[in-house]
Amino acid sequence: MTSIVIAKFGDDISTDTIYPGRFMATVLPTETPQYAFMDETELNAKLNNKRVPPNSVIVANNNFGCGSSREQAASTLKGWELIIVARNFARIFLQNSINLGLRTIICPTIDANENDELEISETEIINKTSGKKFAIEPLPLARQAIIDAGGLIAYTKKKLLEKSGKN
Amino acid sequence: MGMTIVQKILAKATGQASVKIGDVVEPRVDVAMSHENAALVINQFLEIYSGTGLEPNVWDPSKIAIIFDHRIPAESAKTATNHKKIREFVVAQGITKFHDIRGDEGGICHQILPENGYIRPGYVVVGTDSHTTTHGALGAFSFGIGATEMASVWTLGTVLNVEVPATIKVVVTGKLSGFVSPKDLILHLIGKISAQGANFKVIEFHGETIKNMSTSGRLVLSNMSVEAGATAGIVPPDEETVRYLREVAGVTDDIEMVLPDADANYERIVEIDASKLTPQIACPHTVDNVKPIEEVVGIKINQIVIGSCTNGRLDDLEIAANILRGKKVHQETRMLIFPASWKIYKDALSQGYIMDFISAGAVVMNPGCGCCLGVHQGALGDKEISLSTTNRNFKGRQGNPNADVYLCSPAVAAASAITGVITDPSKGVN
Repeated sequence: MTSIVIAKFGDDISTDTIYPGRFMATVLPTETPQYAFMDETELNAKLNNKRVPPNSVIVANNNFGCGSSREQAASTLKGWELIIVARNFARIFLQNSINLGLRTIICPTIDANENDELEISETEIINKTSGKKFAIEPLPLARQAIIDAGGLIAYTKKKLLEKSGKN
Repeated sequence: MGMTIVQKILAKATGQASVKIGDVVEPRVDVAMSHENAALVINQFLEIYSGTGLEPNVWDPSKIAIIFDHRIPAESAKTATNHKKIREFVVAQGITKFHDIRGDEGGICHQILPENGYIRPGYVVVGTDSHTTTHGALGAFSFGIGATEMASVWTLGTVLNVEVPATIKVVVTGKLSGFVSPKDLILHLIGKISAQGANFKVIEFHGETIKNMSTSGRLVLSNMSVEAGATAGIVPPDEETVRYLREVAGVTDDIEMVLPDADANYERIVEIDASKLTPQIACPHTVDNVKPIEEVVGIKINQIVIGSCTNGRLDDLEIAANILRGKKVHQETRMLIFPASWKIYKDALSQGYIMDFISAGAVVMNPGCGCCLGVHQGALGDKEISLSTTNRNFKGRQGNPNADVYLCSPAVAAASAITGVITDPSKGVN
Protein backbone atom coordinates (compact mmCIF):
# COMPACT_ATOMS: atom_id res chain seq x y z
CA MET A 1 0.00 0.00 0.00
CA THR A 2 1.36 3.42 -0.94
CA SER A 3 0.62 6.36 1.35
CA ILE A 4 1.44 10.05 1.17
CA VAL A 5 3.00 11.92 4.11
CA ILE A 6 0.68 14.86 4.79
CA ALA A 7 2.60 16.29 7.74
CA LYS A 8 5.96 15.89 9.45
CA PHE A 9 6.45 16.69 13.15
CA GLY A 10 9.41 16.70 15.54
CA ASP A 11 9.51 15.48 19.16
CA ASP A 12 6.91 15.77 21.95
CA ILE A 13 3.75 16.52 19.95
CA SER A 14 1.22 16.82 22.77
CA THR A 15 -2.45 15.95 22.83
CA ASP A 16 -3.06 19.70 23.21
CA THR A 17 -1.65 20.08 19.69
CA ILE A 18 -3.56 17.09 18.31
CA TYR A 19 -6.86 18.00 19.97
CA PRO A 20 -6.88 21.29 21.96
CA GLY A 21 -8.45 21.14 25.42
CA ARG A 22 -11.07 23.72 24.58
CA PHE A 23 -12.90 21.15 22.41
CA MET A 24 -12.95 18.45 25.07
CA ALA A 25 -16.67 18.80 25.76
CA THR A 26 -17.11 17.27 22.31
CA VAL A 27 -16.88 13.51 22.71
CA LEU A 28 -18.65 11.82 19.81
CA PRO A 29 -16.18 10.26 17.34
CA THR A 30 -18.40 11.59 14.54
CA GLU A 31 -17.86 15.15 15.77
CA THR A 32 -14.23 15.18 16.93
CA PRO A 33 -12.41 14.95 13.54
CA GLN A 34 -13.15 18.56 12.55
CA TYR A 35 -10.99 19.79 15.47
CA ALA A 36 -7.89 17.72 14.64
CA PHE A 37 -4.78 19.91 14.87
CA MET A 38 -7.05 22.95 15.23
CA ASP A 39 -4.13 25.28 16.02
CA GLU A 40 -1.98 23.89 13.19
CA THR A 41 -4.23 25.82 10.83
CA GLU A 42 -2.73 24.63 7.55
CA LEU A 43 -3.01 20.94 8.47
CA ASN A 44 -6.50 21.39 9.89
CA ALA A 45 -7.63 23.12 6.69
CA LYS A 46 -6.13 20.36 4.58
CA LEU A 47 -8.14 17.77 6.54
CA ASN A 48 -11.39 19.70 6.63
CA ASN A 49 -11.20 20.55 2.92
CA LYS A 50 -11.14 16.80 2.30
CA ARG A 51 -7.85 16.95 0.48
CA VAL A 52 -6.49 13.99 2.43
CA PRO A 53 -7.26 10.46 1.22
CA PRO A 54 -7.66 7.62 3.77
CA ASN A 55 -4.41 5.96 4.91
CA SER A 56 -2.45 9.18 4.55
CA VAL A 57 0.43 9.38 6.98
CA ILE A 58 1.57 11.74 9.73
CA VAL A 59 5.24 11.25 10.55
CA ALA A 60 6.76 12.29 13.88
CA ASN A 61 9.92 11.80 15.88
CA ASN A 62 9.81 10.83 19.58
CA ASN A 63 7.05 10.87 22.19
CA PHE A 64 4.10 11.55 19.87
CA GLY A 65 0.86 12.05 21.85
CA CYS A 66 2.40 13.06 25.16
CA GLY A 67 0.24 14.74 27.78
CA SER A 68 -3.43 14.26 28.45
CA SER A 69 -5.36 10.98 28.44
CA ARG A 70 -8.09 12.55 26.26
CA GLU A 71 -9.28 9.87 23.89
CA GLN A 72 -10.39 12.50 21.39
CA ALA A 73 -6.73 12.78 20.32
CA ALA A 74 -6.98 9.25 18.95
CA SER A 75 -10.60 9.38 17.75
CA THR A 76 -10.02 12.61 15.81
CA LEU A 77 -7.17 10.99 13.81
CA LYS A 78 -9.07 7.71 13.47
CA GLY A 79 -11.94 9.74 12.02
CA TRP A 80 -9.72 10.87 9.15
CA GLU A 81 -8.44 7.29 8.74
CA LEU A 82 -4.85 8.46 9.15
CA ILE A 83 -1.79 6.33 9.88
CA ILE A 84 0.64 7.67 12.47
CA VAL A 85 4.28 6.68 12.05
CA ALA A 86 6.55 7.79 14.90
CA ARG A 87 9.92 6.87 16.35
CA ASN A 88 8.01 6.21 19.57
CA PHE A 89 4.75 7.12 21.27
CA ALA A 90 3.59 8.28 24.68
CA ARG A 91 1.93 5.41 26.56
CA ILE A 92 -1.68 6.55 27.01
CA PHE A 93 -1.98 7.84 23.43
CA LEU A 94 -0.60 4.58 22.02
CA GLN A 95 -3.00 2.51 24.15
CA ASN A 96 -5.97 4.71 23.18
CA SER A 97 -5.05 4.33 19.50
CA ILE A 98 -4.89 0.56 19.79
CA ASN A 99 -8.16 0.48 21.71
CA LEU A 100 -9.94 2.55 19.03
CA GLY A 101 -8.24 1.02 16.01
CA LEU A 102 -6.17 4.03 14.94
CA ARG A 103 -3.19 2.62 13.06
CA THR A 104 0.00 3.58 14.91
CA ILE A 105 3.37 2.34 13.68
CA ILE A 106 6.53 2.42 15.78
CA CYS A 107 9.44 2.98 13.42
CA PRO A 108 12.50 3.97 15.49
CA THR A 109 14.56 5.32 12.57
CA ILE A 110 11.85 6.77 10.31
CA ASP A 111 13.00 9.62 8.13
CA ALA A 112 10.43 11.17 5.79
CA ASN A 113 9.21 14.58 4.75
CA GLU A 114 5.88 16.04 3.77
CA ASN A 115 4.67 14.75 0.38
CA ASP A 116 7.01 11.73 0.44
CA GLU A 117 5.46 8.46 -0.74
CA LEU A 118 5.71 5.56 1.70
CA GLU A 119 5.23 1.87 0.99
CA ILE A 120 4.12 0.32 4.30
CA SER A 121 4.25 -3.44 4.86
CA GLU A 122 3.94 -5.49 8.06
CA THR A 123 7.64 -5.29 8.82
CA GLU A 124 9.10 -2.27 7.09
CA ILE A 125 8.48 1.10 5.52
CA ILE A 126 10.05 2.00 2.21
CA ASN A 127 10.31 5.72 1.54
CA LYS A 128 9.84 5.64 -2.23
CA THR A 129 10.85 9.29 -2.50
CA SER A 130 14.22 8.89 -0.77
CA GLY A 131 14.70 5.20 -1.58
CA LYS A 132 15.47 4.35 2.06
CA LYS A 133 14.05 1.44 4.11
CA PHE A 134 13.09 1.51 7.80
CA ALA A 135 12.24 -1.44 10.07
CA ILE A 136 8.95 -1.45 11.99
CA GLU A 137 9.01 -2.43 15.66
CA PRO A 138 6.28 -5.02 16.26
CA LEU A 139 3.68 -4.21 18.93
CA PRO A 140 3.82 -6.31 22.10
CA LEU A 141 1.58 -9.38 21.79
CA ALA A 142 -0.73 -8.14 24.53
CA ARG A 143 -1.56 -5.09 22.44
CA GLN A 144 -1.77 -7.02 19.19
CA ALA A 145 -4.49 -9.19 20.77
CA ILE A 146 -6.72 -6.12 21.13
CA ILE A 147 -6.13 -5.09 17.52
CA ASP A 148 -6.85 -8.63 16.33
CA ALA A 149 -10.17 -8.60 18.22
CA GLY A 150 -11.18 -5.41 16.37
CA GLY A 151 -10.52 -2.98 19.21
CA LEU A 152 -11.11 -2.86 22.95
CA ILE A 153 -14.91 -2.67 22.77
CA ALA A 154 -15.07 -5.95 20.84
CA TYR A 155 -12.34 -7.49 23.03
CA THR A 156 -14.16 -6.57 26.26
CA LYS A 157 -17.49 -7.68 24.85
CA LYS A 158 -15.97 -11.12 24.20
CA LYS A 159 -14.54 -11.29 27.74
CA LEU A 160 -17.89 -10.18 29.20
CA LEU A 161 -19.76 -12.90 27.36
CA GLU A 162 -17.21 -15.52 28.47
CA LYS A 163 -17.53 -14.33 32.06
CA SER A 164 -21.33 -14.43 32.02
CA GLY A 165 -21.27 -17.91 30.53
CA LYS A 166 -23.07 -16.76 27.40
CA ASN A 167 -20.32 -17.79 25.04
CA MET B 1 15.73 -11.28 42.86
CA GLY B 2 13.31 -9.10 44.79
CA MET B 3 10.42 -7.08 43.42
CA THR B 4 9.83 -3.38 42.92
CA ILE B 5 6.75 -1.82 44.46
CA VAL B 6 4.77 -2.03 41.22
CA GLN B 7 5.66 -5.74 40.91
CA LYS B 8 4.50 -6.29 44.51
CA ILE B 9 1.23 -4.47 43.89
CA LEU B 10 0.52 -6.26 40.60
CA ALA B 11 1.34 -9.65 42.15
CA LYS B 12 -1.17 -8.95 44.91
CA ALA B 13 -3.78 -7.63 42.45
CA THR B 14 -3.53 -10.81 40.34
CA GLY B 15 -3.34 -13.28 43.22
CA GLN B 16 0.18 -14.41 42.37
CA ALA B 17 3.26 -14.84 44.54
CA SER B 18 5.33 -12.84 42.09
CA VAL B 19 5.29 -11.19 38.68
CA LYS B 20 8.21 -10.43 36.37
CA ILE B 21 8.87 -7.27 34.43
CA GLY B 22 7.27 -7.67 31.01
CA ASP B 23 4.63 -10.18 32.19
CA VAL B 24 1.18 -9.46 30.84
CA VAL B 25 -1.33 -9.37 33.68
CA GLU B 26 -4.98 -8.48 34.33
CA PRO B 27 -5.03 -6.77 37.75
CA ARG B 28 -8.24 -6.14 39.65
CA VAL B 29 -8.98 -2.48 40.18
CA ASP B 30 -9.56 -0.87 43.59
CA VAL B 31 -10.56 2.62 42.42
CA ALA B 32 -11.70 3.70 38.94
CA MET B 33 -11.87 7.48 38.68
CA SER B 34 -13.35 9.73 36.00
CA HIS B 35 -14.31 13.39 35.74
CA GLU B 36 -16.47 15.00 33.05
CA ASN B 37 -15.13 12.56 30.49
CA ALA B 38 -17.33 9.97 32.20
CA ALA B 39 -19.80 11.15 29.53
CA LEU B 40 -17.66 9.40 26.92
CA VAL B 41 -17.02 6.42 29.21
CA ILE B 42 -20.79 5.93 29.53
CA ASN B 43 -21.17 5.86 25.72
CA GLN B 44 -18.43 3.24 25.36
CA PHE B 45 -19.74 1.22 28.32
CA LEU B 46 -23.19 0.99 26.74
CA GLU B 47 -21.54 0.05 23.44
CA ILE B 48 -19.79 -2.90 25.12
CA TYR B 49 -23.12 -4.19 26.43
CA SER B 50 -25.00 -3.53 23.22
CA GLY B 51 -26.14 -6.73 21.55
CA THR B 52 -25.11 -8.95 24.48
CA GLY B 53 -28.58 -9.23 25.95
CA LEU B 54 -27.06 -8.37 29.34
CA GLU B 55 -28.15 -5.53 31.65
CA PRO B 56 -25.44 -2.80 31.57
CA ASN B 57 -24.47 -2.72 35.25
CA VAL B 58 -21.01 -1.59 36.41
CA TRP B 59 -18.93 -4.28 38.12
CA ASP B 60 -18.85 -2.51 41.50
CA PRO B 61 -20.44 0.92 42.02
CA SER B 62 -18.55 1.41 45.30
CA LYS B 63 -15.22 1.37 43.49
CA ILE B 64 -16.06 3.97 40.87
CA ALA B 65 -15.33 7.62 41.65
CA ILE B 66 -16.69 10.49 39.55
CA ILE B 67 -15.67 14.06 40.29
CA PHE B 68 -16.76 17.12 38.34
CA ASP B 69 -13.77 19.44 38.04
CA HIS B 70 -12.75 20.25 34.48
CA ARG B 71 -15.45 22.74 33.50
CA ILE B 72 -17.31 23.85 36.61
CA PRO B 73 -19.76 25.47 36.92
CA ALA B 74 -20.57 24.50 33.32
CA GLU B 75 -19.21 26.98 30.78
CA SER B 76 -21.58 25.83 28.02
CA ALA B 77 -24.86 24.06 27.40
CA LYS B 78 -22.91 21.10 26.01
CA THR B 79 -20.94 20.66 29.25
CA ALA B 80 -24.07 21.12 31.38
CA THR B 81 -25.79 18.41 29.35
CA ASN B 82 -22.80 16.09 29.87
CA HIS B 83 -22.98 16.80 33.62
CA LYS B 84 -26.68 15.98 33.62
CA LYS B 85 -26.16 12.72 31.74
CA ILE B 86 -23.44 11.66 34.21
CA ARG B 87 -25.60 12.53 37.26
CA GLU B 88 -28.40 10.34 35.91
CA PHE B 89 -25.97 7.46 35.37
CA VAL B 90 -24.54 7.88 38.89
CA VAL B 91 -28.03 7.58 40.39
CA ALA B 92 -29.06 4.67 38.15
CA GLN B 93 -25.89 2.68 38.95
CA GLY B 94 -25.68 3.60 42.65
CA ILE B 95 -22.19 5.11 42.39
CA THR B 96 -21.31 6.47 45.82
CA LYS B 97 -17.96 8.24 45.35
CA PHE B 98 -19.57 11.06 43.40
CA HIS B 99 -18.52 14.68 43.93
CA ASP B 100 -20.82 17.15 42.23
CA ILE B 101 -20.38 20.93 41.91
CA ARG B 102 -20.74 21.61 45.63
CA GLY B 103 -18.95 23.79 48.14
CA ASP B 104 -19.15 21.17 50.89
CA GLU B 105 -17.51 18.26 49.11
CA GLY B 106 -16.29 19.29 45.66
CA GLY B 107 -12.87 19.91 44.21
CA ILE B 108 -10.25 18.62 41.80
CA CYS B 109 -10.30 14.83 41.44
CA HIS B 110 -6.63 14.40 42.37
CA GLN B 111 -7.22 16.17 45.67
CA ILE B 112 -10.66 14.66 46.37
CA LEU B 113 -9.40 11.07 46.14
CA PRO B 114 -6.59 11.33 48.73
CA GLU B 115 -8.47 13.79 50.96
CA ASN B 116 -11.47 11.47 51.33
CA GLY B 117 -9.46 8.34 52.09
CA TYR B 118 -10.31 6.68 48.77
CA ILE B 119 -6.64 5.79 48.16
CA ARG B 120 -4.60 3.23 50.14
CA PRO B 121 -1.08 1.84 49.82
CA GLY B 122 -1.04 -1.18 47.53
CA TYR B 123 -4.18 -0.21 45.60
CA VAL B 124 -4.46 -0.38 41.83
CA VAL B 125 -6.02 2.91 40.79
CA VAL B 126 -6.95 3.92 37.25
CA GLY B 127 -8.31 7.27 36.11
CA THR B 128 -9.34 8.82 32.82
CA ASP B 129 -6.86 11.60 33.44
CA SER B 130 -3.12 11.55 32.86
CA HIS B 131 -2.39 13.09 36.27
CA THR B 132 -3.87 10.01 37.96
CA THR B 133 -0.18 9.36 38.74
CA THR B 134 -0.80 11.72 41.71
CA HIS B 135 -2.06 8.90 43.93
CA GLY B 136 1.26 7.08 43.83
CA ALA B 137 2.19 9.50 46.62
CA LEU B 138 0.22 7.23 48.97
CA GLY B 139 1.89 4.04 47.76
CA ALA B 140 -0.72 3.01 45.17
CA PHE B 141 -0.05 1.94 41.58
CA SER B 142 -2.10 4.68 39.96
CA PHE B 143 -2.12 5.44 36.25
CA GLY B 144 -4.04 7.24 33.52
CA ILE B 145 -6.13 5.43 30.91
CA GLY B 146 -8.47 6.44 28.09
CA ALA B 147 -12.27 6.46 28.17
CA THR B 148 -12.74 3.19 26.29
CA GLU B 149 -10.30 1.43 28.61
CA MET B 150 -12.28 2.79 31.56
CA ALA B 151 -15.49 1.42 30.03
CA SER B 152 -13.75 -1.95 29.95
CA VAL B 153 -12.80 -1.55 33.65
CA TRP B 154 -16.39 -0.61 34.55
CA THR B 155 -17.48 -3.84 32.82
CA LEU B 156 -14.91 -6.35 34.09
CA GLY B 157 -13.36 -4.75 37.20
CA THR B 158 -9.90 -5.44 35.81
CA VAL B 159 -7.48 -3.76 33.44
CA LEU B 160 -6.84 -6.00 30.45
CA ASN B 161 -3.36 -6.75 29.15
CA VAL B 162 -1.19 -4.67 31.48
CA GLU B 163 2.51 -5.20 30.91
CA VAL B 164 4.43 -5.15 34.21
CA PRO B 165 6.60 -2.03 33.82
CA ALA B 166 10.28 -1.59 34.61
CA THR B 167 11.16 0.92 37.35
CA ILE B 168 13.52 3.87 37.62
CA LYS B 169 14.65 4.46 41.20
CA VAL B 170 15.07 8.14 42.04
CA VAL B 171 17.06 8.73 45.22
CA VAL B 172 16.88 12.24 46.67
CA THR B 173 19.16 13.37 49.47
CA GLY B 174 19.88 16.77 51.00
CA LYS B 175 17.53 19.37 52.46
CA LEU B 176 15.32 21.57 50.31
CA SER B 177 16.43 24.98 51.48
CA GLY B 178 14.64 28.32 51.77
CA PHE B 179 11.96 28.72 49.13
CA VAL B 180 12.97 25.59 47.20
CA SER B 181 10.03 23.16 47.16
CA PRO B 182 8.98 19.71 45.91
CA LYS B 183 7.83 21.44 42.70
CA ASP B 184 11.39 22.57 42.01
CA LEU B 185 12.63 19.05 42.68
CA ILE B 186 10.24 17.41 40.21
CA LEU B 187 10.85 20.09 37.54
CA HIS B 188 14.58 19.47 37.95
CA LEU B 189 14.08 15.70 37.57
CA ILE B 190 11.95 16.12 34.43
CA GLY B 191 14.56 18.45 32.93
CA LYS B 192 17.26 15.93 33.78
CA ILE B 193 15.65 12.77 32.34
CA SER B 194 13.47 14.53 29.67
CA ALA B 195 9.77 14.45 28.81
CA GLN B 196 10.11 10.89 27.54
CA GLY B 197 12.80 9.71 29.97
CA ALA B 198 10.41 7.45 31.88
CA ASN B 199 8.03 6.45 29.05
CA PHE B 200 6.30 3.13 29.85
CA LYS B 201 8.18 2.97 33.18
CA VAL B 202 7.42 3.58 36.84
CA ILE B 203 9.38 6.03 38.97
CA GLU B 204 9.97 5.00 42.62
CA PHE B 205 10.96 7.84 44.93
CA HIS B 206 13.48 7.12 47.70
CA GLY B 207 15.95 8.93 49.96
CA GLU B 208 15.99 11.04 53.10
CA THR B 209 14.47 14.09 51.36
CA ILE B 210 11.40 12.05 50.42
CA LYS B 211 11.23 10.48 53.93
CA ASN B 212 11.12 13.97 55.43
CA MET B 213 8.58 15.30 52.92
CA SER B 214 4.90 15.76 53.75
CA THR B 215 2.26 13.91 51.76
CA SER B 216 1.29 17.26 50.24
CA GLY B 217 4.79 17.53 48.74
CA ARG B 218 4.88 13.89 47.67
CA LEU B 219 1.60 14.43 45.79
CA VAL B 220 3.43 17.08 43.69
CA LEU B 221 6.19 14.60 42.78
CA SER B 222 3.80 11.82 41.81
CA ASN B 223 1.47 14.24 40.01
CA MET B 224 4.17 15.46 37.65
CA SER B 225 5.90 12.09 37.13
CA VAL B 226 3.74 11.74 34.02
CA GLU B 227 5.50 14.79 32.57
CA ALA B 228 8.61 12.59 32.29
CA GLY B 229 6.40 10.03 30.55
CA ALA B 230 6.12 7.75 33.58
CA THR B 231 3.20 5.34 33.83
CA ALA B 232 3.23 5.99 37.58
CA GLY B 233 5.31 7.78 40.21
CA ILE B 234 5.23 5.90 43.51
CA VAL B 235 6.44 6.83 46.99
CA PRO B 236 6.78 3.68 49.14
CA PRO B 237 4.38 4.15 52.08
CA ASP B 238 5.77 5.02 55.54
CA GLU B 239 4.75 6.62 58.87
CA GLU B 240 3.93 9.88 57.07
CA THR B 241 1.56 8.02 54.73
CA VAL B 242 -0.23 6.52 57.72
CA ARG B 243 -0.33 9.90 59.47
CA TYR B 244 -1.93 11.50 56.41
CA LEU B 245 -4.47 8.72 55.98
CA ARG B 246 -5.47 8.78 59.68
CA GLU B 247 -5.30 12.52 60.44
CA VAL B 248 -6.28 14.15 57.15
CA ALA B 249 -8.22 11.50 55.25
CA GLY B 250 -9.98 10.08 58.31
CA VAL B 251 -9.17 6.44 57.53
CA THR B 252 -9.95 4.18 60.49
CA ASP B 253 -9.66 0.65 59.04
CA ASP B 254 -6.44 -1.36 58.62
CA ILE B 255 -3.74 0.00 56.34
CA GLU B 256 -1.67 -2.64 54.58
CA MET B 257 1.85 -1.48 53.73
CA VAL B 258 3.07 -2.84 50.39
CA LEU B 259 6.79 -2.12 50.06
CA PRO B 260 9.49 -2.81 47.46
CA ASP B 261 12.07 -5.48 48.29
CA ALA B 262 15.54 -4.27 49.28
CA ASP B 263 17.06 -6.31 46.44
CA ALA B 264 14.53 -5.20 43.79
CA ASN B 265 15.79 -4.87 40.23
CA TYR B 266 15.78 -1.27 38.97
CA GLU B 267 16.42 -0.41 35.36
CA ARG B 268 18.21 2.77 36.32
CA ILE B 269 19.04 4.76 39.44
CA VAL B 270 18.95 8.57 39.35
CA GLU B 271 20.48 10.45 42.27
CA ILE B 272 19.66 14.05 43.13
CA ASP B 273 21.19 16.29 45.80
CA ALA B 274 18.27 18.55 46.70
CA SER B 275 20.43 20.90 48.74
CA LYS B 276 22.02 22.18 45.53
CA LEU B 277 18.74 23.22 43.89
CA THR B 278 17.51 26.76 43.33
CA PRO B 279 13.93 27.45 42.16
CA GLN B 280 13.36 25.81 38.77
CA ILE B 281 11.28 27.12 35.86
CA ALA B 282 9.88 25.06 32.96
CA CYS B 283 9.99 27.32 29.91
CA PRO B 284 7.73 27.18 26.85
CA HIS B 285 6.60 24.85 25.25
CA THR B 286 7.73 21.60 26.90
CA VAL B 287 7.83 20.64 30.57
CA ASP B 288 11.42 19.38 30.23
CA ASN B 289 12.67 22.78 29.05
CA VAL B 290 13.72 23.47 32.65
CA LYS B 291 16.09 26.26 33.69
CA PRO B 292 17.27 27.43 37.11
CA ILE B 293 15.53 30.70 37.95
CA GLU B 294 18.78 32.68 37.60
CA GLU B 295 18.51 32.25 33.83
CA VAL B 296 14.99 33.63 33.47
CA VAL B 297 14.55 36.32 36.13
CA GLY B 298 13.11 39.57 34.83
CA ILE B 299 10.76 38.15 32.18
CA LYS B 300 7.56 40.23 32.23
CA ILE B 301 4.44 38.29 33.25
CA ASN B 302 0.83 39.12 32.31
CA GLN B 303 -0.93 36.43 34.33
CA ILE B 304 0.06 34.53 37.46
CA VAL B 305 -1.79 31.33 38.32
CA ILE B 306 -1.57 29.49 41.65
CA GLY B 307 -3.55 26.29 42.04
CA SER B 308 -4.47 23.03 40.27
CA CYS B 309 -3.96 19.38 41.18
CA THR B 310 -0.25 20.12 41.30
CA ASN B 311 0.05 23.10 43.64
CA GLY B 312 -3.33 24.10 45.03
CA ARG B 313 -2.96 22.59 48.51
CA LEU B 314 -3.02 24.40 51.83
CA ASP B 315 0.77 24.57 52.23
CA ASP B 316 1.02 26.04 48.71
CA LEU B 317 -1.54 28.70 49.58
CA GLU B 318 0.16 29.35 52.92
CA ILE B 319 3.53 30.10 51.36
CA ALA B 320 1.90 32.36 48.76
CA ALA B 321 -0.13 34.20 51.40
CA ASN B 322 2.97 34.73 53.54
CA ILE B 323 4.69 36.42 50.59
CA LEU B 324 1.67 38.44 49.43
CA ARG B 325 0.35 39.58 52.83
CA GLY B 326 0.17 43.36 52.98
CA LYS B 327 1.56 43.71 49.44
CA LYS B 328 -0.05 44.34 46.06
CA VAL B 329 -0.16 42.37 42.83
CA HIS B 330 1.70 44.47 40.22
CA GLN B 331 -0.60 46.81 38.27
CA GLU B 332 0.35 45.28 34.92
CA THR B 333 -0.13 41.69 36.14
CA ARG B 334 -3.28 39.81 37.05
CA MET B 335 -3.31 36.95 39.53
CA LEU B 336 -5.68 33.96 39.68
CA ILE B 337 -5.83 31.50 42.55
CA PHE B 338 -7.78 28.28 42.53
CA PRO B 339 -7.49 25.96 45.53
CA ALA B 340 -7.46 22.21 44.80
CA SER B 341 -10.62 21.51 46.79
CA TRP B 342 -13.34 23.26 48.73
CA LYS B 343 -11.94 21.73 51.93
CA ILE B 344 -8.67 23.50 51.22
CA TYR B 345 -10.57 26.66 50.28
CA LYS B 346 -12.36 26.61 53.64
CA ASP B 347 -9.13 25.95 55.56
CA ALA B 348 -7.47 28.84 53.68
CA LEU B 349 -10.45 30.99 54.54
CA SER B 350 -10.17 30.26 58.26
CA GLN B 351 -6.39 30.82 58.16
CA GLY B 352 -6.97 34.25 56.58
CA TYR B 353 -5.10 33.40 53.36
CA ILE B 354 -8.07 34.12 51.11
CA MET B 355 -8.39 37.64 52.53
CA ASP B 356 -4.62 38.12 52.04
CA PHE B 357 -5.02 37.22 48.37
CA ILE B 358 -8.05 39.38 47.75
CA SER B 359 -6.53 42.37 49.56
CA ALA B 360 -3.40 42.01 47.41
CA GLY B 361 -5.55 42.16 44.28
CA ALA B 362 -5.66 38.47 43.35
CA VAL B 363 -8.86 36.82 42.14
CA VAL B 364 -9.77 33.67 44.05
CA MET B 365 -11.67 31.23 41.84
CA ASN B 366 -13.63 28.13 42.67
CA PRO B 367 -11.62 24.87 42.82
CA GLY B 368 -11.36 23.33 39.35
CA CYS B 369 -9.08 22.52 36.43
CA GLY B 370 -10.43 24.84 33.75
CA CYS B 371 -7.71 27.48 33.69
CA CYS B 372 -4.82 24.97 33.61
CA LEU B 373 -5.93 23.34 30.40
CA GLY B 374 -7.53 26.36 28.79
CA VAL B 375 -11.12 25.17 28.80
CA HIS B 376 -12.76 27.47 31.32
CA GLN B 377 -11.67 30.92 32.56
CA GLY B 378 -8.24 32.50 32.69
CA ALA B 379 -7.44 32.29 28.95
CA LEU B 380 -4.41 34.23 27.71
CA GLY B 381 -4.33 36.93 25.05
CA ASP B 382 -2.08 36.81 21.99
CA LYS B 383 1.60 37.14 22.92
CA GLU B 384 0.77 37.16 26.63
CA ILE B 385 2.89 35.30 29.15
CA SER B 386 1.60 33.23 32.07
CA LEU B 387 3.62 32.09 35.07
CA SER B 388 1.79 29.18 36.60
CA THR B 389 2.09 26.56 39.34
CA THR B 390 0.21 24.08 37.14
CA ASN B 391 1.76 21.08 35.38
CA ARG B 392 1.86 21.73 31.63
CA ASN B 393 3.16 24.47 29.37
CA PHE B 394 2.38 22.92 25.98
CA LYS B 395 1.60 25.25 23.12
CA GLY B 396 -2.04 26.29 23.46
CA ARG B 397 -2.31 24.89 26.96
CA GLN B 398 -3.90 27.90 28.66
CA GLY B 399 -6.32 28.50 25.82
CA ASN B 400 -4.13 30.32 23.29
CA PRO B 401 -1.51 28.85 20.92
CA ASN B 402 -0.02 32.34 20.54
CA ALA B 403 0.82 32.70 24.24
CA ASP B 404 3.60 31.36 26.48
CA VAL B 405 3.30 29.45 29.77
CA TYR B 406 6.13 29.13 32.29
CA LEU B 407 5.80 26.67 35.19
CA CYS B 408 7.07 27.33 38.70
CA SER B 409 6.53 26.83 42.44
CA PRO B 410 3.94 28.76 44.52
CA ALA B 411 6.70 30.86 46.15
CA VAL B 412 8.08 32.00 42.79
CA ALA B 413 4.56 32.72 41.52
CA ALA B 414 3.71 34.84 44.57
CA ALA B 415 6.97 36.80 44.52
CA SER B 416 6.62 37.40 40.78
CA ALA B 417 3.03 38.62 41.22
CA ILE B 418 4.32 41.53 43.27
CA THR B 419 7.07 42.57 40.86
CA GLY B 420 5.30 41.67 37.61
CA VAL B 421 8.42 39.84 36.39
CA ILE B 422 9.90 36.40 37.13
CA THR B 423 11.42 36.85 40.57
CA ASP B 424 13.44 34.66 42.92
CA PRO B 425 11.56 34.80 46.24
CA SER B 426 14.80 34.44 48.21
CA LYS B 427 16.01 37.75 46.81
CA GLY B 428 13.18 39.71 48.50
CA VAL B 429 10.37 41.57 46.81
CA ASN B 430 10.30 45.02 48.37
